[in-house]
Amino acid sequence: MIKKRIIPCLDVKDGRVVKGINFKGLRDVGDPVEMAARYNAAGADELVFLDVSATDEGHDLMLDVIKRTAEVLFIPLAIGGGIRTADDIGRLLKAGADKVSINSAALARPELIREAADRFGSQCVCLSVDAGWDEEAQDWFCFTHGGKKKTDIRVLDWVTEGEKLGAGEILLTSMEGDGTKDGFDLPLLKAVEKAVTVPVIASGGAGSADDFVELFRETDVSAGLAASIFHNEETTVGEVKSLLSDAGIPVRLTAGGVPNEA
Amino acid sequence: MNTRETATAGLTDGRRIAIVDYGLGNVANVRRALEFLGHRVELTKDPDVLRRADVLILPGVGHFADAMKRLEADGLIPLLAELKEEKPLVGICLGMQLLFGHSEEGDADGLGFIPGAITRIETRLPVPHLGWNALVSERPELDGKDMYFIHTYKAAPGPDTVATADYGGETVTAIVQRGQLIGIQFHPEKSGDAGLVLLQQAVTGGFREKEEASE
Repeated sequence: MIKKRIIPCLDVKDGRVVKGINFKGLRDVGDPVEMAARYNAAGADELVFLDVSATDEGHDLMLDVIKRTAEVLFIPLAIGGGIRTADDIGRLLKAGADKVSINSAALARPELIREAADRFGSQCVCLSVDAGWDEEAQDWFCFTHGGKKKTDIRVLDWVTEGEKLGAGEILLTSMEGDGTKDGFDLPLLKAVEKAVTVPVIASGGAGSADDFVELFRETDVSAGLAASIFHNEETTVGEVKSLLSDAGIPVRLTAGGVPNEA
Repeated sequence: MNTRETATAGLTDGRRIAIVDYGLGNVANVRRALEFLGHRVELTKDPDVLRRADVLILPGVGHFADAMKRLEADGLIPLLAELKEEKPLVGICLGMQLLFGHSEEGDADGLGFIPGAITRIETRLPVPHLGWNALVSERPELDGKDMYFIHTYKAAPGPDTVATADYGGETVTAIVQRGQLIGIQFHPEKSGDAGLVLLQQAVTGGFREKEEASE
């Protein structure tokens, strides 16, 4: 039986892991390779590095981080952030990434999804969508540039378009949920998951291990992603999986994935 | 023991492993995993290097028909047909599917080393079949182990099947072995510690007993 995936996400800026709240106020929380190895040992099913560097030098440091990670880590590694062209994707894959997630660049030029899928395969291409609710329009809209800019593109239109263009997976982040720890945005996730046939990764809002149980009970998404609750050690990947397993939700249990004694 | 020690236990010398380079897919991580396991690895389409290797890896991520065209253009099809009689050949992901006779993906003939056809996964669950799924096998060292899958097409189980996985009611071939020929549908190089142990088994003897393997 296919397992629900638990994915820690590390925001990486200039080669260091950082974390902000509502995409603002970044602070240093550790070395990416060290943290990746720790999450791997704890039973993470996959890892995401989101490159939030603002400069070319910062993005080059990311390549080095990927190389060092791929030498010690043998689970899927996805990279997002700073990707503008198919050549950028080629460089990340060559450094050792397994897939990339594209956000702003795909909204600016949707053909990038098709180019990337044709050249590297759909399995490499994850469409990352930052979704925000518009009270007036009563619908979700896409945001870009780390959540700073609202577009007039509706989330449900965009994910179906992205799937048609060749995206192999959707990483869906709720702008309302991100960093707030109020739980995953279930109405948004349900709507998107029903609109596409490719797997959906839920992101934004995880505040406790229980939120993951609710996520997989209430929706058919394939994976749950979180950053701060794992970095701050409010819970562990092992604890989340143990709770899911007790709730009858299939997860991959590894030797390292047992809950910490703490 | 750590993973590397477990996986390399009893291995006195690393194998010379040649990854068949036909320009398709990202093979860096297969290479890294094999090197991590103590082998000497070359990425090549040079017939001399392929002939000298102890074990051949046929990797592949991408489109079936495109992959066959590339293998043909590089003159690798007759060479692989010859070398598969002499040494272990391990196909991974699309590389496994290429070992079969035909695929719906691009309606193309494969290498035909293993009887059977590749068809699209039909299920109500999301496609591709993406994520960690448990092996179902009569072999105790494989049964129940979670491996990382990502594929849209599948081989139906047949007499050469060693392990399968269940995806929304579809039974997909996970590991196939016919003599020294091995196919692995999932990505052992991305399947954590269990995947590394399994990859080591694939390149150092395979999944059948010696008597079974002789034809």
